[in-house]
Amino acid sequence: MDEASARFEQMFLPHLDAAHNLARWLTRNGHDAEDLVQEAYLRAFRFFGGFKGGDSRSWLLTIVRNTCYTWLQQNRRQELETVFDEEVHTSGSAAFNPEKPLLANADSQMLQQALEELPVTFREILVLRELEGLSYKEIADIADMPIGTVMSSLARARKRLRQSLVRSMKAEA
Amino acid sequence: MSCKETQPFLEGYFDGELDLVKSLEVETHVQDCPACAAAYRELRELRTAFTSSSLYFKAPGKLQHRVRSAIRDEAPSSRGAWLSGWWLPLRWAGMAASLALVVLVTWNIAPRISSRSADETLVREIVDSHVRSMMLNHLTDVPSSDHHTVKPWFNGKVDFSPPVVDLTAQGFPLTGGRLDYLEGKSVAALVYQRRQHRINLFIWPSPETANANESKRSEKGYHLVHWAKSGMTYWAVSDLNPQDLGEFTATLRQQLP
Repeated sequence: MDEASARFEQMFLPHLDAAHNLARWLTRNGHDAEDLVQEAYLRAFRFFGGFKGGDSRSWLLTIVRNTCYTWLQQNRRQELETVFDEEVHTSGSAAFNPEKPLLANADSQMLQQALEELPVTFREILVLRELEGLSYKEIADIADMPIGTVMSSLARARKRLRQSLVRSMKAEA
Repeated sequence: MSCKETQPFLEGYFDGELDLVKSLEVETHVQDCPACAAAYRELRELRTAFTSSSLYFKAPGKLQHRVRSAIRDEAPSSRGAWLSGWWLPLRWAGMAASLALVVLVTWNIAPRISSRSADETLVREIVDSHVRSMMLNHLTDVPSSDHHTVKPWFNGKVDFSPPVVDLTAQGFPLTGGRLDYLEGKSVAALVYQRRQHRINLFIWPSPETANANESKRSEKGYHLVHWAKSGMTYWAVSDLNPQDLGEFTATLRQQLP
């Protein structure tokens, strides 16, 4: 094996889980996620010459995200175009809503479903923050948005997720 | 801090993304305010739900093999092996042709794409700055309607002297000035008002020769007007309707150098 691909593998293969997790949540499908991760790695390898050092995980995830969005555009266009009514189920603050179930009790399956049902931009920001544990700055770089937008989108995404969890927990009770 | 002031920062506080001073302010408020404390508790509960769930999709073992072998197939050394053989000349011709195409395409299109996206990035930055200035209750560093107070305030804070004109008589009272940060440099922001609407006017130096006529655009429901004159670049942004904003810039430009 030549030196470039050895260096590339050493630098980027450790982020394979992160790449796969992001692709899996963006596509919501294991098969497509694996294909797209492979494609993203190949693209990363071709662009490797342009990698000026720095955060290799963010760099790779930017390419993974980009690859997935291109795929979504070609295969699930309407998902990207979905406009959603933001404030349909605005619930009051918890202090004034004693019947509200405890969110911490939501089980994996419920949370997974709620997250999968979120619009892709909200889903992605929650995955990067809560599952990947990235900082606002890293998310801003990957998703190509200003840090202020990261903060406000995250707030909206969490709110939507809470609402949908509370709904499904109430339905189950 | 009030609830209204705290809310935009609650997520940042929860995520440990605020500077120390802001964190302490939010913390103090959350301790005293049941509603914000409840909102904060909800954020914590949600995170607990995340950490106690198995939502992380690790890569299956076979994917590592797949990716590895794809990279090795792509690596130059194995491509070198392809190059040998009777069809080498053909391949060279093909490569030359595609190279020519790339050069042609890059030469023709790339400058346009990159300059457009740089512009779009700037527009987005400006709108964000405008929104932030309203949201964070940090509209002005020097709250004054007197341009003799606002103009000298910028001395020593930016390395240029922004022209400050008062338009109270024309229905756009000056409410103050602020230091802001755009495209990686410090810029002057002047704040004008019409009715309940605020106008942020961003000013920074541009090359003397780079005069630009007025151009208008909209982004996320905000309207922007841009021009450059006498060595200064101007961007006015507001949620004001385009007609009034146009009146603002027209009036302003009559009084500017």
